[in-house]
Amino acid sequence: MKPRWIDRGAALALMCCAATAVADNPYLPVEGNPHFQSALQGVKPAAVTVRGFQLQRHPVTNGEFLSFVKAYPEWRRDVVPPLFAGADYLGQWLAPAELGATAQPQQPVTRISWFAAEAYCEAEGARLPTWYEWELAAAASRTERDARADPAWRQALLDWYARPAGKDLRPVEQSATDVYGLFDLHDLVWEWVQDANSLMSSDEAQKFCGSGALSLQQKENFAVLMRVAMLSSLKPNDTTRSLGFRCAKDLPATGQ
Amino acid sequence: MKRTRSSMAVLASCLAGAWVFTAIAATTKSTGGTHGDFGPPQGEPIHAVLTSPPMVPPPVHRNHPAKVIVELEVREIEKEISEGVSYTFWTFGGTVPGNFIRVRQGDTVEFHLKNHPDNKMPHNIDLHGVTGPGGGAASSFTAPGHESQFTFKALNQGIYVYHCATAPVGMHVANGMYGLMLVEPPEGMKPVDHEYYVMQGDFYTVGKYREHGHQDFDMQKAIDEKPTYVLFNGSEGALVGDNALKAKVGETVRLFVGNGGPNLVSSFHVIGAIFDRVRYEGGVHEQENVQTTLIPSGGAAIVEFHLAVPGSYVLVDHSIFRAFNKGALAILKATGPENKAIYSGKEVDSVYLGDKAASPAPVTEARAAEASGTLTKEQQIKAGEARFTGTCSVCHQGNGQGLPNVFPPLAGSDFLMADKKRAIGIVLNGLNGKITVNGNGFDSVMPPMSQLNDDELANILTFVRNSWGNSGDAVSADEVKELRGSTKRPEGAAH
Ligand code: HEC
Ligand SMILES: [Cu+2]
Repeated sequence: MKPRWIDRGAALALMCCAATAVADNPYLPVEGNPHFQSALQGVKPAAVTVRGFQLQRHPVTNGEFLSFVKAYPEWRRDVVPPLFAGADYLGQWLAPAELGATAQPQQPVTRISWFAAEAYCEAEGARLPTWYEWELAAAASRTERDARADPAWRQALLDWYARPAGKDLRPVEQSATDVYGLFDLHDLVWEWVQDANSLMSSDEAQKFCGSGALSLQQKENFAVLMRVAMLSSLKPNDTTRSLGFRCAKDLPATGQ
Repeated sequence: MKRTRSSMAVLASCLAGAWVFTAIAATTKSTGGTHGDFGPPQGEPIHAVLTSPPMVPPPVHRNHPAKVIVELEVREIEKEISEGVSYTFWTFGGTVPGNFIRVRQGDTVEFHLKNHPDNKMPHNIDLHGVTGPGGGAASSFTAPGHESQFTFKALNQGIYVYHCATAPVGMHVANGMYGLMLVEPPEGMKPVDHEYYVMQGDFYTVGKYREHGHQDFDMQKAIDEKPTYVLFNGSEGALVGDNALKAKVGETVRLFVGNGGPNLVSSFHVIGAIFDRVRYEGGVHEQENVQTTLIPSGGAAIVEFHLAVPGSYVLVDHSIFRAFNKGALAILKATGPENKAIYSGKEVDSVYLGDKAASPAPVTEARAAEASGTLTKEQQIKAGEARFTGTCSVCHQGNGQGLPNVFPPLAGSDFLMADKKRAIGIVLNGLNGKITVNGNGFDSVMPPMSQLNDDELANILTFVRNSWGNSGDAVSADEVKELRGSTKRPEGAAH
């Protein structure tokens, strides 16, 4: 059994219209990889084909999400059903449609449920990236498409994950970009992925642990483990203070 | 909408290693009275008293099983791991080890695990005292800003470790996510004068031992099992100086001693005491007259001893480099009248501890002055003297005279005073081979003292170059730093 958040359809039914344009969070192309070596071999296939796709340059900000909420008031925190967004949803905002002093427009939006993130992306004519797409993009450093074997790079990621989230989040796009021109995949907030829930099924879990076959590649890549742990601790209506998102799109059709 | 949270939690844990499957078999036990279900809980639910180390909650004093509510809050916090060194600890209740939980065998425990909203990580808890798969790990997997609840019956008496089992498990444990739960036998425990809570853990920082500033977790050192610190109660200063454990002569002390690991096994020993009784491995059997007891990672023991003479008793991991070079050292101070018939009565800490027993005032003062840019040569000399004792004095003697033919003198040493840079190099890198000091030949080996910080070495050198008739200019931390940076040291050496 592969549980999925099928209720997603119901959530989307809350919305209506066509995409709203966002000018300053463009979708940048991420080159595909026909043999992406997943760090979760045994849970998912060892090497997968990840087609090229587009990813937003930075995590969606408070300001961007505010525009969305104004256009789609059914996603205001005072009207959204708890089934789609828990009690802390957008709790950092002063009012349901006002940021106030505690939430800066350029800070990444957090306390966002999976449903809300998905709805935002759909409204843009986009979607959440899949686990593999996100991991493929996140494997890049400033200079390499796949920096996962670089101990210094791994240590830098770990240092961020190890710090508590209590401090104020900095605005987006304040650090360096990676090879794709993307900002903030690692050192700002966690990010939702489309298939967060289906990372592993219970059957596979049983098989995996029971056989004792520890097939996690790059065992020392603790950051991936932490992302698995984080996403798997959440229900789709859950929110946390350090979890945000950004949207993805397929590459434009080239006529094949 | 059915979710597979729990299986995912278990899987996430098992991905990282073997820690999670620690469930205790609920089947038969050979020793009478150790496995007990005394029926349903009676009376009103009780809120458990939780304590921070080194304190232990009061005895249960109850003759029936009850429902006990435990509320444990996970906090990710920055704290001092050593003087001037901060580290981000992940904690059960804000301390390392976490809150001590005390219940009675047969109690029904309603467990609430809260993950504070400011935390970044999901966490859970695996209680070794719980009968059931994962010891609660799957049922307690909790995202930041959420709370989980599960209930278990404490069937087996004993002292049990609990720990976080969220992937990557090793890192959660290395950051301090462990503690102890005591399940008292139904008749309670024999009264003693003091009960204390001590737990060992190994820590892995990017910077070397005692390197100042904020230090991050070093994944590679953890995998290599090469800790930077081995500590009792999560900090070098946790149980020394004013924080030492206290007792009086004639009293009996009971220590609940756990080992959180994640890697090392502890050879737990109290210098100057013999354990009258040890409930080794936390089980029900007792051993008597024990000098050193082995506490496995993820295990605990109960040790009891009486104090016959006053003084400082030093708790160590007797894998002794950990005590003197990584911090595995704590003090129990016994006050009261001497008993010369038993022991002649010499203080133990100055001999054994040197600089390890809490920083002397001049060192603290010099550090503050350095930070504010007002450090004087006089302050350096005073701080250097405090550090010299117990570090260099072991060989060069307290009066700097050395020992003929073995340790060269520092007092009036022409060799020392001839070249300041060379002197810095000697303490950083050690020295061996033939040298002549004041006309006398030496051909021996001095080990590198590079485990000391730049400012510590600068102060020590300023002190030796301005004492016992020597007179020279001050050595600055920058000079030490420069030389340290330009010297290559072999892999594995302190640097
Ligand atoms: C384990 C014993 C030991 C310790 C501890 C030790 N030294 Fe030495 N030290 C020696 C020996 C032995 C020599 C001579 C080496 C040789 O013969 O090549 C020496 C040589 C020296 C010299 C050069 C010779 C002289 O007398 O001027 C200096 C300076 C010195 N030590 C300073 C220090 C300082 C400062 C410390 C503390 C930070 C220290 N030593 C700690 C054993 C030690
Ligand atoms: Cu944890």
